[in-house]
Amino acid sequence: MKLSRIIANTGEWLSGSGPHDQIVVSSRVRLARNLKGKPFPGWAKKAERVAVLEEIRGAVEGLPEMSESFSEKLEDLSPLEKQVLVERHLISREHAAKGAGSAVVMNTAQTLSFMINEEDHLRMQAIRAGLQLDEVYKMINQTDTELEDSLDFAFHNDLGYLTACPTNVGTGMRASAMMHLPGLVMSEQVNKIINSVNKIGLAVRGLHGEGTEAMGNLFQVSNQTTLGEAEEEIIGRLNRVIAQILEHEQNARQILLQQRAETLLDQIGRAYGILCHAHSITSKEALNLLSFIKMGVDLGLFPSKCRLQVDELFIETQPAHLQKGLHAVKLGADERDSLRAALIRAKLKQMPEPEIGKIPTNGNSGSTTTSDTTKPSEES
Amino acid sequence: MFCDVCHSKEATVFLTQIVEGKMQKVNLCEGCSKEKGVNDPTGFALADLLLGLGAAQEIEKNPSGVRCPVCGFSQTDFKKTGRLGCSACYDTFAEGLSGMLKNMHRGVIHSGKVPAKLAAARRRGQELAVLQADLDKAVREEHFEEAATLRDKIRRLEIEGEQEAAAAGKPVAPSVNRVAELTTGEAEPIVPKPRKKS
Ligand SMILES: [Zn+2]
Ligand SMILES: [Zn+2]
Repeated sequence: MKLSRIIANTGEWLSGSGPHDQIVVSSRVRLARNLKGKPFPGWAKKAERVAVLEEIRGAVEGLPEMSESFSEKLEDLSPLEKQVLVERHLISREHAAKGAGSAVVMNTAQTLSFMINEEDHLRMQAIRAGLQLDEVYKMINQTDTELEDSLDFAFHNDLGYLTACPTNVGTGMRASAMMHLPGLVMSEQVNKIINSVNKIGLAVRGLHGEGTEAMGNLFQVSNQTTLGEAEEEIIGRLNRVIAQILEHEQNARQILLQQRAETLLDQIGRAYGILCHAHSITSKEALNLLSFIKMGVDLGLFPSKCRLQVDELFIETQPAHLQKGLHAVKLGADERDSLRAALIRAKLKQMPEPEIGKIPTNGNSGSTTTSDTTKPSEES
Repeated sequence: MFCDVCHSKEATVFLTQIVEGKMQKVNLCEGCSKEKGVNDPTGFALADLLLGLGAAQEIEKNPSGVRCPVCGFSQTDFKKTGRLGCSACYDTFAEGLSGMLKNMHRGVIHSGKVPAKLAAARRRGQELAVLQADLDKAVREEHFEEAATLRDKIRRLEIEGEQEAAAAGKPVAPSVNRVAELTTGEAEPIVPKPRKKS
């Protein structure tokens, strides 16, 4: 199957639905595995890497769940195609930089993807919309068990699954949830939350300074340890922390609605105004403003049928996605910024203005609309 | 401020991460941050990068010059990449790694999934260790009846393992007859029990 056909559709984790998917964008579990007796990819010679690639690729393509799939060597993908896969979280940036001896295999729903000869011989991941780490783990665990029949994985009696980096040894598992936390950022509670849940290891990405402000108010919560606990224990611990953060975010939004409705409305209105009228916008600014629009949909200021459109913009405005339809040479940053602005203008034109009346501006009484935040999402 | 990775370019990307209550900071230049996938929202690379840097420093304490007999990897290589060469490296550098693993993880013994193929053997190994300890104790306390029963159990488990290995087409590991060693070491021999046919 052709890559262009697969990427024409957004993945299930973006377009699908799941529990708490307004705040928990996606759940993902990745397992790292290596073949017994073979040097790790970073240390292997090219011929050894190619042999490992052939062995693993055959086994993966033979899985029943991969009957409808895309499989390609990295050397046969263009830089733009690789970047599209990175922006969709289907391969890592590290993997995209690999050439001969590496490959990617994924199913058409884009819920399962396999990186062959990344840092480890095999890294497989399952990803779905909303908070469903248990289900996602079940999925990837089954795949792993099926692969065991045909592949001999490097396993140590004390240390478990052996990985190129000692940070992944044991279960080889990294489970993570991507959370959208504009309420906690706006009410300046996000640092406090990070500190109070730090026992589980919360990664904060950000640029410049303390790095507490993540782009688009998106935060990734993941386990940092892989040895000494069973997979289910790690996921259980993560689930508890995610549930807490979720509750704090919901509370933060309630309080903003009750006490700072004017500010909230101002931010959403300004975001809408800029996005509707900008002619040049960077990826960072776009994400940060789209975050307010997304929260606006959650709060009922925009019709819920606009949700997918807004969510898709988070991905569609990324540099490679902007250019994927174009066959022209790679665009410069300025050209991308104006293309991005045009795309957003066109999409937002189909959305009505925010319905200001939906927010109680006097700050005490109304909680009729605030209950919207806890309702399950209505996907159309 | 210089980049923590290449130490040559000006750092422009500043990262903070809290792991297990400890704040870690890393400063990177534009090139290294791209290469390390720091902007990658998956977050894997960052953790690996941070811990990888610490890891490299830790193993430096080991006497240098040791190379993995299987893949030829050295500690200098580990320091450079924060990655190991092959699965045997975990045994080669076990000493240096053990402290690092303790700092890095919640425990030092894997308690999660085991490949089905190895599960039976691993369970048997653990069972054997327990039985062996019980046997030692029984002999020490001169409970010879019990010792004989335990010895039979151990023998049965060992035979089971050999049969399974043979069925899987693997070379049979030389059976270690710990029981024999033990009985010869003791002043008083264990009263032999009539062997049950199994
Ligand atoms: Zn650098
Ligand atoms: Zn080695």
